[in-house]
Amino acid sequence: MKLLSAGWLILGTLSAFGAGAASREMSEIPGGVYRPQYGTKDEQVEVESFVLDNYAVTNADYLEFVTENPRWRKSQTPQIFADAAYLKHWIADLDPGPDSGPEGMSPVTNVSWFAARAYCRWSGSRLPTLAEWEFAARASESKPDAIGDVDFRQRILDWYAKPAKPPLPKVTDGFINVYGVTGLHGLVWEWVSDWNSVLLTGESRVDAGLERQLFCAGASAGSADPSDYAAFLRFAMRASLQADYAVGNLGFRCAKDRSPN
Amino acid sequence: MRVSILITIAWLFLATMLPATHVSHAAEVKGEEHAVLTAAPSVPPLITRKHSTKVIVELEVRERVGTIAEGVEYTFWTFGGTVPGRFIRVREGDQVEFHLKNHPDNKVPHNIDLHAVTGPGGGATSSFTPPGHESIFSFAALNPGLYVYHCATAPVGMHIANGMYGLILVDSKKGLPKVDREYYVMQGDFYTVGSNGDTGLQTFSMEKALREDAEYVVFNGSVGALTGDHALQAEVGETVRLYVGNGGPNLVSSFHVIGEIFDEVRIEAGDAINRNVQTTLVPAGGAAIVDFKVDVPGTFILVDHSIFRAFNKGALGMLKVTGKPNTAVYSGQQDQRIYLPEGGAVQTTPEPAPKPKLAANKAERIEMGRGAYQTNCVACHQADGQGIAGAFPPLAKSDYLNADVNRAIDTVLSGLQGEITVNGEPYNNVMPSLGLSDEKIANILTYVLNSWDNDGGEVSPAQVSKRRKK
Ligand code: HEC
Ligand SMILES: [Cu+2]
Repeated sequence: MKLLSAGWLILGTLSAFGAGAASREMSEIPGGVYRPQYGTKDEQVEVESFVLDNYAVTNADYLEFVTENPRWRKSQTPQIFADAAYLKHWIADLDPGPDSGPEGMSPVTNVSWFAARAYCRWSGSRLPTLAEWEFAARASESKPDAIGDVDFRQRILDWYAKPAKPPLPKVTDGFINVYGVTGLHGLVWEWVSDWNSVLLTGESRVDAGLERQLFCAGASAGSADPSDYAAFLRFAMRASLQADYAVGNLGFRCAKDRSPN
Repeated sequence: MRVSILITIAWLFLATMLPATHVSHAAEVKGEEHAVLTAAPSVPPLITRKHSTKVIVELEVRERVGTIAEGVEYTFWTFGGTVPGRFIRVREGDQVEFHLKNHPDNKVPHNIDLHAVTGPGGGATSSFTPPGHESIFSFAALNPGLYVYHCATAPVGMHIANGMYGLILVDSKKGLPKVDREYYVMQGDFYTVGSNGDTGLQTFSMEKALREDAEYVVFNGSVGALTGDHALQAEVGETVRLYVGNGGPNLVSSFHVIGEIFDEVRIEAGDAINRNVQTTLVPAGGAAIVDFKVDVPGTFILVDHSIFRAFNKGALGMLKVTGKPNTAVYSGQQDQRIYLPEGGAVQTTPEPAPKPKLAANKAERIEMGRGAYQTNCVACHQADGQGIAGAFPPLAKSDYLNADVNRAIDTVLSGLQGEITVNGEPYNNVMPSLGLSDEKIANILTYVLNSWDNDGGEVSPAQVSKRRKK
């Protein structure tokens, strides 16, 4: 059944026109290396330069997408691609309703990974990878890597620690990081293309270690920065997901490779 | 589609299938019922059936803002809307079908690790649930006892520090001896960015949690959850059982009830019984069952006997026992004498001990009161009468004190508990009765009234004596 879904998706993307959200603003994230939360202390991840949406995809953006792609309307989408909570805050197929924020400017949530991926393809882009997202999210207003700052970390934690009721804030609320990207923290969780690659890599030694970190040790001594609790929360969130899950505080934004020139 | 995703999906499918196919106790299990879940301090009713059954437990995780102390709010992560989480009661041999629901408005995923479960992660690996979803898993209640359950989602410390713990009791087939009252008391330590008493919505401080530097240590989720109108109740002659748990995340509790001796303690909530215990250790992530008969009326104070936690951080509760006094067990104060050590050997004096010197005038009264204040009051109200914010009200320039001197006399005579407001700040704590003589109380209060910008005046021993007889 899941294999079938891949074919369905390819069909879906072939029929798309690569239109894209009208008022799209993206920023370039210059590549670099960072030490991921999960892994040994001297493990480094290299990220190539890429381009990232300045804002999370809004309900208004998403309305455009489902208008053009009827198969992604809430009444049309098969449950294997998006569970029963898909777009549950919308009133109808083409009516995002009051919980989508003023002019639909709240981030779209309750979207599955399949749906997020289809949106990005339709708009001529792709979901960022986990490494890309984490790399960009290390930046504060003034520094590309602020993860070591106690205040920055506390600010992130403060959001994680408060329940959020719809409507969510507008995507333009929140701080603009040094690259020009807004809302990576303090708005919603965001899908990435390979969100589940940390959960299961196929290498059993690593898996055992990961499971230990996820379920037992939490910020264990072996991890890159044991006090970066915010990163643990993100990894835990991703690990709890499946590709068809639609969740109220989970949205997305899209990315692109840097155009070769 | 990436291969890893397919593997993951297959793996998750497998994982969810496992519990259903591995149930080996099904044969003895008759019927099915829904567990009654209770919020502390209540305990679900005794299980009277004599057979094993299938018990369905439905527990909803809610992230919600609640009160941790007067004027101080905190975002608790809860099993069932309260801290500690709902008390679950099953019987040895039962087959438990557990439904963990994560409310859609919640921010983070959660799971549950029940120490009563024999299996990987105590259920945690099978119950990892994002907001807006529900996980179901089953386990056999193999070992009787009282067990802690908690969330074990990374970062585990933070989930526990936010209140994600509770107790599950697996009654043995034989059952515990019958008692008259059963209560649920669970300790936890909290780490707020603001200091103890800082008002408003407080957030979790990972810095303090790592240092194990708790701002609040409380029973049943907040300062005052078991005091005043919320005190536990019993009547003289009854046997009380406390199911005591400790969620931690960091601190071990020296659980003690002031003025009681535990007749029986099921140590660490296991099979071993210890008798005549004053203070029992309750480890973080552990529990104890304590039974005691209450013989005399009065208010008995539950504390973590790491005592600054009790009087300064909130680990203080009350058990109010009503009924007839029993002077054979406890007399109340009969006499107070001067104790003058005379070297190593016990000495008998032919003459009566010299009477303590009485104050001849107001100036002497103040002077003698100063000394008595130092020995009797300074520990709580401090040397300059300034008190300790959030715990002990000031006596310096205290509107409460100056407004009604008789009330102040009553306070020192009989102690004080419940909510009062002093100089605009609320206090809800306990001042014990100190068992002082009329003369001493008169001296101390006269000293207090004539110090630290108070309104002055004099309290006489006769006035105290009159209040005592009331
Ligand atoms: C173990 C701590 C403790 C000791 C010792 C103690 N008190 Fe108190 N006292 C308190 C607490 C706590 C309150 C507030 C009770 C409440 O909130 O219900 C209080 C309240 C009072 C009040 C009324 C409130 C105010 O601020 O005016 C007076 C008066 C008072 N105490 C006097 C004394 C005197 C005099 C002594 C010594 C003889 C004394 N206390 C010893 C803890 C203590
Ligand atoms: Cu949790």
